[in-house]
Amino acid sequence: MPLDNAPEGKRKFNVVGTRPLRPDGIDKVTGRAKFGADASAPGQLVGRILRSPHAHAIIRKIDTSKAEKLPGVKAVITRDDFPDHTGGSGGLYDTLCNVMAREKAFYEGHAVAAVAATSASIARQALKLIKVDYEVLPHVTDVDEAMKPGAPLLHKDMFTDGVDPKPKKPSNIARRFEFGHGDVEAGFKKADIIVERSFKTEAAHQGYIEPHAALASMGPDGSAELWCCTQGHYMVRDVCSQLLGIDIARLRVTQSEIGGGFGGKTTVFIEPVALALARKANRPVKVVMTREEVFKASGPTASTSIDIKIGVTKDGLITAADGVFRYQGGPFQGCSPAEFGAMSAFAQFHLDNVRAVAYDVVCNRPKTISYRAPGAPMANFAVESVIEELAHKLGMEPIDFRIKNAAREGTKSSYGPVYGPIGLGATLEAAKNHPHFKAPLGPNQGRGMAAGFWFNFGGQSCVTLNIPVDGSITVSVGSPDIGGSRAAMCMMVAEEMGIPYDHVRAIIADTSALGYNDVTDGSRTTFATGMACILAARDAIKKLCARAAATWGIPEDAVKWENGYAKPAGPNAGDFAPLSLKEIAEASPGTGGPIAGHHEFSADGAGVSFATHICDVEVDPETGRSSIVRYTVIQDAGKAVHPSYVEGQFQGGAVQGIGWALNEEYIYGKDGRLQNAGFLDYRIPVCSDLPMIDTQILEIPNPGHPYGVRGVGETSIVPPLAAIANAVANATGVRFTQIPLSPPRVLKGIEEAKKAGGRKAA
Amino acid sequence: MSGITVNTKINGDPVEFICEADETLLDVLRNRLGLTGAKEGCSTGDCGACSVTVDGRLTCSCLVLGAEAEGRDIGTIEGMAQGEHLHPLQSKFLEHAALQCGICTPGFLVAAKSLLDKNPDPTETEIRFGLAGNLCRCTGYDKIVRAVQDAAKEMRSAKAKSAKTKTAAKKRA
Repeated sequence: MPLDNAPEGKRKFNVVGTRPLRPDGIDKVTGRAKFGADASAPGQLVGRILRSPHAHAIIRKIDTSKAEKLPGVKAVITRDDFPDHTGGSGGLYDTLCNVMAREKAFYEGHAVAAVAATSASIARQALKLIKVDYEVLPHVTDVDEAMKPGAPLLHKDMFTDGVDPKPKKPSNIARRFEFGHGDVEAGFKKADIIVERSFKTEAAHQGYIEPHAALASMGPDGSAELWCCTQGHYMVRDVCSQLLGIDIARLRVTQSEIGGGFGGKTTVFIEPVALALARKANRPVKVVMTREEVFKASGPTASTSIDIKIGVTKDGLITAADGVFRYQGGPFQGCSPAEFGAMSAFAQFHLDNVRAVAYDVVCNRPKTISYRAPGAPMANFAVESVIEELAHKLGMEPIDFRIKNAAREGTKSSYGPVYGPIGLGATLEAAKNHPHFKAPLGPNQGRGMAAGFWFNFGGQSCVTLNIPVDGSITVSVGSPDIGGSRAAMCMMVAEEMGIPYDHVRAIIADTSALGYNDVTDGSRTTFATGMACILAARDAIKKLCARAAATWGIPEDAVKWENGYAKPAGPNAGDFAPLSLKEIAEASPGTGGPIAGHHEFSADGAGVSFATHICDVEVDPETGRSSIVRYTVIQDAGKAVHPSYVEGQFQGGAVQGIGWALNEEYIYGKDGRLQNAGFLDYRIPVCSDLPMIDTQILEIPNPGHPYGVRGVGETSIVPPLAAIANAVANATGVRFTQIPLSPPRVLKGIEEAKKAGGRKAA
Repeated sequence: MSGITVNTKINGDPVEFICEADETLLDVLRNRLGLTGAKEGCSTGDCGACSVTVDGRLTCSCLVLGAEAEGRDIGTIEGMAQGEHLHPLQSKFLEHAALQCGICTPGFLVAAKSLLDKNPDPTETEIRFGLAGNLCRCTGYDKIVRAVQDAAKEMRSAKAKSAKTKTAAKKRA
């Protein structure tokens, strides 16, 4: 893709880099903004879903007859209402199995039936009247247990992919991956010190405050409308229409405002169910998850078990790095982010010998889905913990050890590609020079740090930019705005057009208005959809210049665009007074009709992202409770379009990481049921748990974007787990290898270390 | 099912509604009165997204029955701006980018107003504890705390100014 002026490190920006108010702001502070559950339709029914109480069970029979007879019940659906249009295998079939259980219920909370009724209380009564005959099977929820020979098998036909020869026996290991280069064994032979440790991380939920919600309407002719909160309404449209066996064009999906996603709304759960209920009842149906359903039946992230071995020479050069990454992703293959975990684990280092082996494992837990930099935080926790321990063993400052081994431009990354200009070194140097780094620590306090990596993604975007007769601009994008991206889109269009920010309005168009837009994920929206906005603006500028050229009677290429005006390109072009955007727009009905710019593409060159975090914790030796005393995020943004929202991404990701590191975990009973499916017991950080989160934005331009933008949304959740674990280790003298670092676990570690008389691993 | 008729006041206006016995105030606001500014994040009083005031007291509307609104004075996010004038907290939330997705914002604003009504000059710690019943998953709270600090400052100086003006007016009289 030709980028005529990339990178523009020295470009002077007028709008980009400022901090204007977001265009959807007033709606959001007055309560007017319409989120998923805020819409209603005439004649709407209430949809509710019956869920399996068992972690693993064959569904012998479902009797819905009593529920159907209850007055007020308009539709009852089960697996029989979802004939297989997917071909019976692959990811789409697994999605079908997940939205409504077929032969088996694979986890507690798995949907087995649904009703639509005239009121919520009738719907609830109807669920109680559905009789499901289960044959309960043995279950497994722990990743290491699931991999053992003799573990309860979820799928009789799962033979590990990526292993040669193909295994003869089925197992819960869906696939093996391997990444790396060099000779790891030879590398370890050169090492003076080797540290080898095993780690475990518990599953965390994205914890968006808005439960999933969908309002569906579908006629017997297959024409359907769907309103829902999602990170990708085009994805919802395509998946739902395929599951329901209708043409994609029959289904129009309108995206509501979205109350958080963090990757958790990049798939479908209730949307096909709402549509199937609406089809059967021939009335609109609204389905809204309860918080308990969100925990039990939407997608958290994987729990993991990880082994890391790293060798160094006496002078602090890493000679080899090796890791095994076991991630469980719920009951279906390909859902755990094991591959990303292994790919990202060692990405911040310049390594001659590296190997990362990953296993994608199935368990009787909810089908996992992306959570902010999926797979990376757990791997980073393990690797950066070992790095810290090695630095201590070497007697080297951990930061200097990291700087010495840091990946740089030209490094062959641990997952294959050779890096272009990257910001890792700059974030490490900035950390070393940050006042936080030299601040004194109090009693029971420790300081930790970690550097983290995320790939970032480009992907498909389609943008239309319309210029009405007053010269204002509407830009229609298809990427759900999850954290202020409409502001960034308006800013980039204003920058390109040379007009004020508030002359541009960005809207999220429904699926009938634009070509396909990928899900808002991979930190892609400001990068890829933003670039499409820039290129659509350039397309519009070309057309504006053509109108001016026609008005002046000179060739199109004799007109240039500058600061919102068409001007003759040079003295030879003729002497004409500049025409403003407004003047050209005003004249447009008579000069060829409406003026619009378009751009559709699949963006490459997302530009990888690095961050370094510094964290001080205080550990209460009496209770084992860790408090965050100070926290600093330093990250490369390429170019920060709206710095406030970039800081917000840094801070939000860091705090999600803090929650994961200290509190958050899926706790299962022996019965395979989730014991803490609510915000009281699954405790995410609250305001009083935290200090201010300091941020420092670095701008190392990404050559793949006209302004140098890199995605910023995900990297900030990668380093916190390790940074906090390192801080706790430095505060207590105990190296913890399992997160969360909940008070009982930390207290136990401290007490065991006391008994053992000194520093040890817990 | 027999409905219960309830007479109450919402944002200063008299309102009459009929609800079922098991409906929460949040259900009534959202489903019967079209006031969808209060959000349902958990229905167990843990997230604060449904925050309203009942007779001036900060309350999770998911924990109150609709029938209990009888004779009360309910305040919701929809009553916070005065005509086209945003409340200082609303303006400061925008200025400080104190929201990302915005689902928790109405609850935070109602809670923050309730805090500042009682304590116009809170410390950072008092703000953090005052808002500890509201969950935000996007921001890490930093910008929310700063917005509340800034709004409190502005409200104090506006109050001081108006007191000054009143004293001056009195003196002139």
